[in-house]
Amino acid sequence: MNNAFLKSTREAPLPPPVSTSGVVGWLRMNLFSSIGNSLVSGALLLFLVWLIPQLIDWAFVRAIWSGESGAVCRVDGAGACWAFVNAKFDQFIYGRYPEAEHWRVNVIFLLLAGGLMPLALPTFRYKNHVVLFMLTVFPFAAFVMLLGGTLGMPQVETNKWGGLLVTLVVAITGIVASLPLGVLLALGRRSDLPVLRIFSVLFIEFWRGIPLITVLFMASVMLPLFLPDGVTVDKLLRALIGVALFSSAYMAEVIRGGLQAVPQGQYEAARALGLSYWQTIFQVVMPQALRIVIPGIVNTFIGLFKDTTLVMIVGLFDLLGVVQSNFTDPNWASPQTAMSGYVFVALIFWVFCFSMSRYSVSVEKRVSFNQR
Amino acid sequence: MPSFIQNLLSNRTARGYLTQLIVLLGVAWLGWMMFDNVATNLRQQNIASGLSFLEEEAGFGISQTLVEYSEQSSYGQALWVGLLNTLLCALLGIFFASILGFSIGVARLSPNWLVAKLAATYVDLLRNVPLLLQIFFWYFAVLRSLPGPEASFELADSFFMNTRGIFVPSLVMEGYGGLVAGCMVLGAVFGWLVAHALEKRHAVRPIWLGKTMLAPGVGLVFGLFATLIFVGVPAVDYPHLDGFNFVGGLGIIPEFTALTLALSLYTAAFIAEIVRAGIQSVDRGQVEASQALGLSSRQELKLVVIPQALRVIIPPLTSQYLNLTKNSSLAVAIGYPDLVSVFSGTVLNQTGQAVEVIAITMAVYLILSLSTSFLMNIYNARMQLVTR
Repeated sequence: MNNAFLKSTREAPLPPPVSTSGVVGWLRMNLFSSIGNSLVSGALLLFLVWLIPQLIDWAFVRAIWSGESGAVCRVDGAGACWAFVNAKFDQFIYGRYPEAEHWRVNVIFLLLAGGLMPLALPTFRYKNHVVLFMLTVFPFAAFVMLLGGTLGMPQVETNKWGGLLVTLVVAITGIVASLPLGVLLALGRRSDLPVLRIFSVLFIEFWRGIPLITVLFMASVMLPLFLPDGVTVDKLLRALIGVALFSSAYMAEVIRGGLQAVPQGQYEAARALGLSYWQTIFQVVMPQALRIVIPGIVNTFIGLFKDTTLVMIVGLFDLLGVVQSNFTDPNWASPQTAMSGYVFVALIFWVFCFSMSRYSVSVEKRVSFNQR
Repeated sequence: MPSFIQNLLSNRTARGYLTQLIVLLGVAWLGWMMFDNVATNLRQQNIASGLSFLEEEAGFGISQTLVEYSEQSSYGQALWVGLLNTLLCALLGIFFASILGFSIGVARLSPNWLVAKLAATYVDLLRNVPLLLQIFFWYFAVLRSLPGPEASFELADSFFMNTRGIFVPSLVMEGYGGLVAGCMVLGAVFGWLVAHALEKRHAVRPIWLGKTMLAPGVGLVFGLFATLIFVGVPAVDYPHLDGFNFVGGLGIIPEFTALTLALSLYTAAFIAEIVRAGIQSVDRGQVEASQALGLSSRQELKLVVIPQALRVIIPPLTSQYLNLTKNSSLAVAIGYPDLVSVFSGTVLNQTGQAVEVIAITMAVYLILSLSTSFLMNIYNARMQLVTR
């Protein structure tokens, strides 16, 4: 046999061309695939090279980190005035809550973080129990503890609450109150009983049609007129009622979307098994519907959380309100005070909202995976 | 329990009627209680009721008025001025937010990594920071920290920007401004109709014969001719420094700039996500099929992708437009004279008639919301797939 021209060993594969692999290949594929793309990429790179050093310079290099008064920030060429945030930090978090009682707020913050943490773990088994605890026991426990007046804790009037504390109180009250109300309204809107349906539709469309600002104005100006003579409602509570009613209308629409996504066969099967209306809803339909709309609920909550800043317009001191009111402190007046304060608030809100939106995306992926 | 009640309760229909009756009575009782309390409280606090206050003299000035208004005008006219200011801000905001949002939404799908990442950063950054904070940022940290009038930024000695606002040259229309504007609208409608007729006949036309170019183009030409006919060549009124402030030209107050800017940038982030989702919802096979048919990339976008994406985009886009309109009420925080700030703020404080003032404000927003969603529903119904 004369087959010496055949190879008897396998040749090692050639490396891929440099232009399609490695860093160079990636750059060519993603940044410089055509002349137009190259021009755009070049312009954007130039822009970033110009912008990013300036930002770093302002926020870190030239920033003033600590100091007794605004004088340290009034020097020429000073960057961000973090000293302002540093000096007022307690106020930004607790408002005028007495310093000796700060531990109560801290306990609530820890409980909140501890209750939310397990939700992010996909394998955690007792999620339902934790959610139930956070939606029922936690808000009341937190309220009793923050207000005090019992169990040997001195009372702290709500007008002393402020900063991040008020932001969280308003947001969490909004979500806790809006879930049950939203469920009821969504059921009412899909009910066979015309009276319930009409009232639910009117309620939902009314609150969704007006801006939150007018709701808060109504709560602070009109609500006292609705109540019998002699009954007064705390300013914070008034805003909370407004926020709760407002967000329940949005929540109702989110939950209605979930109810519509549950196949009709589920209702029919439950009826065939002889379940009553409420058994059908709470044992068959609602668990499926709520699971589908978790991302929607989280998104509503993100919106609500950002909207809590509006309570400062009716005279409450939430995080933004406290920071804004501190700009008028003549001791800390400097060209960079306002900018630094806003960046600080933006950062806090951004961390909260961005992590919630990531959570919602991950749940969405998990749910759509489970449905396949 | 007597048996007939038991029978009644076990009957599904009867139970339904009973529930409705109870709810009806409950709501009626609640309504009557509130009405009674309001009436008693108003009587005790000696607050007048009724809408007659709308005729009374307002006695306060407004910093931006699109129609004739003075301190002698009535509260009713103040309401009208505030409403127009809200609409101006909302319409401009919708215009800019749409353009920016569509661009960023498309940019997020760009094959260019840097463009896609920057667009994603924009969306993540702007969407997760409260709107009120963004308004404050633009107003207090940026616009109010500009130099004073004597040291303002200027361009060609006719455009000025300082802490009092932006000042641009204006054309002197000698009272024909409304007429010229009317002609422009007429021209735009005419251009749109022509483009529409052309579209029916030729699916593919040069870009300048499309609705997006023809409608504003013809509008501008009509406006130009109307100006030449009624005014002649109009004089230009340049802003100039007089004493401590600028006079002449057109002054744009910083409150308006900050509010419109913040609303546009914020809403654009949401619109971008809607547009991205819409484009991604178009089946990949549609794009491949249009390429197989030999359509150019512009034709592919215009005739295949966009019409299908719009179906997904329009419903959430409508609610973003409505959100923007409602969010324009945050004007009250920086003192831009919008509906809420003028009417629920100043007028409420002066008259004390909280119930009427808040009710009117809410009614205006409800009418705006409901009519917009009604119009959008009609448009949406026309865009829906017609299956045979």
